[in-house]
This record gives sequence, C-alpha cells and structure tokens, in this order.
Amino acid sequence: MTARMDKRFADLKAEGRPGLITYMMGGDPDFQTSLGIMKALPGAGADVIELGMPFSDPMADGPAIQLAGQRALAGGQTLAKTLDLAREFRKDDQDTPIVLMGYYNPIYNMGVETFLDQALEAGIDGLIVVDLPPEMDDELCIPALAKGVNFIRLATPTTDEKRLPTVLRNTSGFVYYVSMNGITGSALPDPSLVGAAVQRIKAHTDLPICVGFGVKTADHARAIGAAADGVVVGSAIVAQVAGSLTADGKATDHTVSAVTTLVSGLATGVRSARLAAAE
Amino acid sequence: MNQSLKPNSFRAGPDEDGRFGIYGGRFVAETLMPLILDLEAEWNKAKTDPEFQAELAHLGTHYIGRPSPLYFAERLTAELGGAKIYFKRDELNHTGSHKINNCIGQILLAKRMGKKRIIAETGAGQHGVASATVAARFGFPCVVYMGATDVERQAPNVFRMKLLGAEVKPVTSGHGTLKDAMNEALRDWVTNVEDTYYIIGTAAGPHPYPEMVREFQSVIGKEAREQMMAAEGRLPDMLVAAVGGGSNAIGLFHPFLDDEGVRIVGVEAGGKGLDGEEHCASLTAGRPGVLHGNRTYLLQDGDGQIKEGHSISAGLDYPGIGPEHSWLKDSGRVEYVPIKDDEALAAFQLLTRTEGIIPALEPSHALAEVIKRAPTMDKDQIILMNLCGRGDKDIFTVGKILGMGL
Repeated sequence: MTARMDKRFADLKAEGRPGLITYMMGGDPDFQTSLGIMKALPGAGADVIELGMPFSDPMADGPAIQLAGQRALAGGQTLAKTLDLAREFRKDDQDTPIVLMGYYNPIYNMGVETFLDQALEAGIDGLIVVDLPPEMDDELCIPALAKGVNFIRLATPTTDEKRLPTVLRNTSGFVYYVSMNGITGSALPDPSLVGAAVQRIKAHTDLPICVGFGVKTADHARAIGAAADGVVVGSAIVAQVAGSLTADGKATDHTVSAVTTLVSGLATGVRSARLAAAE
Repeated sequence: MNQSLKPNSFRAGPDEDGRFGIYGGRFVAETLMPLILDLEAEWNKAKTDPEFQAELAHLGTHYIGRPSPLYFAERLTAELGGAKIYFKRDELNHTGSHKINNCIGQILLAKRMGKKRIIAETGAGQHGVASATVAARFGFPCVVYMGATDVERQAPNVFRMKLLGAEVKPVTSGHGTLKDAMNEALRDWVTNVEDTYYIIGTAAGPHPYPEMVREFQSVIGKEAREQMMAAEGRLPDMLVAAVGGGSNAIGLFHPFLDDEGVRIVGVEAGGKGLDGEEHCASLTAGRPGVLHGNRTYLLQDGDGQIKEGHSISAGLDYPGIGPEHSWLKDSGRVEYVPIKDDEALAAFQLLTRTEGIIPALEPSHALAEVIKRAPTMDKDQIILMNLCGRGDKDIFTVGKILGMGL
C-alpha cells in the first residue's frame, strides 16, 4: 500500500506530534493558482494534502466548500485536470502524501479502472469518497485497494460500536473522524468529546486517526491535535482563498499567501499540541 | 434435477442491497448510513404489520379520499377518434395530487421511529404541500426546502405550506430548483440525523426509499387494475404516465409489469426539445451515474458534473429519475418518450375544454403522448393514463405563457 502515507505517519509518530492535513479545492479559482497553493502547502507546514475534486452537487459540504467547487468548475476544472495538479506537484515533491477527496460520480463517469490507473501514475496516495459507505465497497474501495491506493473511510458520531468494525474493514492509510454530524465548515465541537471518540476508535484499529470538521484556528488545531494523530482543516482554508479574490472571483497576488499564512499558524498549533496534552 | 426456471418477473426488485439490476444502491455519507439501515429495518417490519397496513388504509379512505375514481373520458375519446381513454383520477386526492399517498405512509413510519421533526424537498410544491399537510395532521414541525426559482414560480403552494405551519426555506445554491433543494435537504438531514425524518417525495434516493415510495404509490395501480376489470372486464392495452422522479408512474405501472399484453409508456419532460440543453429527459438523453443516493440515468456533462434541466413543469424539473425506471428502460419493459413544453401546454388546454378537468402540467405531458397514440389505435383498445395532479397550481404559469394577466 502506497508507502508514502505510512512513512509520513510513522515519521510524525517519531516526532511525537500530530499531523496537519490541509484540504484545498482543485482548480479554485483557476488551475495555476491552485497549483501554486498546492506547491506552497508543505513549506507552510502541511503534512498531508487533501485535494478536492469539484462536484456540481456536494451534498455533505457547507457553503465555503460548495462555493469553492463552483469557482473551480466555472474556471474549467475537471477530474482530469485535478489529476494533472497532482502530476505537476509530484515533479518537485515526492514525500507529501496526496489524498483525493470528493464524490463518486465524476470517478464513475471516467471509469473506475481508468481513474485508478491515472491516479496511481499521478502520484495519488489515497481516496476519500464521501458518498461511498462500506455497503458500496465493490464500487471503488476494493478495486482501489487491489491496485495499491489507500481508501480512507469517514467515521462519524453516528458510527456506533456495532458499526465501527464494518467501517474500519477495508480502510487503510488513516481513519478520518468527522467530529460532528453535519456538513463541512460547521462549528468546532467540544475537544473532550472528540478525545473520547478517538479513543473509542483506537480500540478497534491501529491506523492513525485524523479529526476534522470545525477546525479553523491554531488554537482549535492544538486542542484537537492533543487527542488525535492528525488534524484536518478544510473550510477555513478555502475561505482564505475566497477572501483573497477580486469581486469577480479572480485570483490576486496575495491568494497563495493568504493560504500559507493561515496554514503556518495552524502548523504552529499542531506542533504545540502534544505540549498542550502534557499540561 | 428437473427444477424449472422461475418465471421471469419484473416485479421482484430491489434485491437486499437495494439494487434494480445495476441501478439503485445506497450512495450516502457515512453519517446517514446507520439511519438508512434503521429505516430499512423499520420499513421491513411495517410492510408486513397488519396494524400499520390498517392505519394506512384507514387514512387512505377517510383522509385522502381513496379509492380515486377511474374515469372514462368520453368526449376526449370521441375527439381523438381512436382508443378508449380512461383516467385514474389521483388529482382528486386531498392536496390535489398523488404525493399524499407517499407522505401518509412515511409520516406513519416517522412516528413509529420516534422522530421529532420532518424535512422534505419540493419542486412544484405538491410534495411540499403534502408533507406540510401530514406534518400538521400528526403534529410534527416541518421544514421544506425549495429552490428559490421554484419559490417564485409556485407562489400559491408556498403560501399553502406556510398556512399549514411549515417553514419554507428557499435554496439559492446551484440554479435554485429541485436538485438543489434535495442537496440542501440532505445537508439538513446529515446535521440533524438523530431526531429528523426526511420524507423524500419521489421513488428515488438511497435504498429503501425507491422501494418504499413505490409501495406507497402502488395503491394507484392496484385500484386501477380492479376498477378496469369492473368497468371493462379486461386489462388496458396501454398505460401512460408522466415521469419526473417517477413516483406516480411507478405507482401505476408496478402492479401491471408482469402483464405481457399491457404496453407501458413513461413520458419525460422534453422541455424546449432534445437538440439543446433545455429539457429534463434523463432516460432519453442521459446516461447512468450516481446522485442523491442512487445510481440511475442522469443528465451530466463529459466530466460527470450534473446538468440543470428545464421544464415548463417544476415537478418534472429534475436531471435524474428513480432507479427502477432506469432498470425498466434497459430491460425494455417500459418505453420512455419525451414531450415538449408546447405539446404539454396544448394538451392542458384540450383536456380543460373537452372534459372540464384542469390538469397539472406534469400529467399534461402524459396526456400529450395519449393524444399522439390514441388516434393510431383501434376503437376497442384501451389507454389508461394517470391523471396524477390538478392544475390549480399552474394557472399562473399557463396564464403568463398564454399572455393572459391574472
């Protein structure tokens, strides 16, 4: 299974800190700008990149990521171009794991085998596909694992003890714990509840547990990071992109730096997380 | 060893994973999965529970007004000069369409499951009105998501929902039509999964919705079958119904699927014609994809992005279709054809003047197909069409197109 991901989490464990997983929407607001953002993320402190595949009907996303997807599609982004982003990124960076995140239809439309072959060749390490629960594993999860692409599952507060083994079966890379019932970009949950949930999942698996939904600031990142192996930040990052654009949605000179400034701060939070846990 | 092959049935689906052939399934976020499984378990119990069935039947009779009549359209038949035309008059139901059949069934399930709050999506507003109605009848708070474009073009239904105590939330994302309303309802559901029941209005969505909605709507076909036997002593030669998501059509069709002598025709919204982008003929012009919890025919671009449809009828303005229809198309059992806006409008006017019935724009599409077919058939042949909704809600839309100020 793609070694890059496992090595990254092993290194983080050795460093004794949680990872920072940053989500960005591929092609938002245009291909070149989002490539610039992607290339700048590792330097700003991102340990894993989640690369959003825009979809016309993002049913589990809040307004920030909905709008990011609309901007990307309006800018001509397609699944093929999102894979191109990864290819370009890989020319300079062989170490940072890339996880594609989105919805199934564009993948199904491309054809599962074609998609997986291209994803591997583009240097993709894992997939998060929101509308493919374990009941639909035959669609993409099993073929992906067979080809050596990690399939990362979402666990949620509604995933009870009885269901956890089902969710964790066929999961690899890491487990993405969605810290609340809801859509992306909602309010931060109580960190103590998150800690308990992470421990509950850890009783069932040795995989790293990364927590997302609601993390917006360095303080959030530190609080959540104290309890988890990784912290996922998404809506706050795409909101930075949105805030940097011109009135008609075009990138500006400070679009990339708006993202890196936020990510550097989040990285500081994550790096002090274990310290916070020890206090 | 001499085991005979089972008779080939078109009525056996879905399988235990909610599939009709390759269509259907459960393509939802993990947050919703436990609830979908709970719902399926509760539905499986309810459908064989005599008490549930008795309550459903009682409300059907005394609240909805079932059975709806089977009506021989004598003057229309004479006008067209061919096959005898019968209407199944589900437009006479309480709230004015077939939508209430499904809402009554689902609200009883919501009650059984101990849910505290109802959400629904709506296009034309008929399902929203039916949901708000049953929510009022059973004392649930109700939120209806409706595309902002539809809120504007279906003002009377918006007012009805508000009178009934529902909160109507206009959805501005996307193009503000039914697809976007469904996205927003799913976002609400995923946020309030613990206490909320989502009444999906058509025979689509994740399993068990397509099967469940079909079963609640099959009362249409079951009644029609008996009524036709009583009136004519035989089954009809042809069934015709409009398909948006496809719930009224599957409700009429399903009890007849294994009757080889009955031709079945589903009518899609051809909008301004299939040459351009402005139509909603997902079965005729789309291809299989995954949206809103199921695999089915969808209108989509080369990248798998879902297109916005167009129809004169807000109730047919959806780029997908219930999964069972996709399977029935591929299997060849049901023929699906498009009817354009102007053809539906002409049918709307013809029925109004020949039979004194103002139909909704949705069944006007089915009627336009009947108008094409009846003259080509013999006078002893029978067409049965589902007149699934009344046109009161559409008079403003029609008035505007005909240039009459209201």
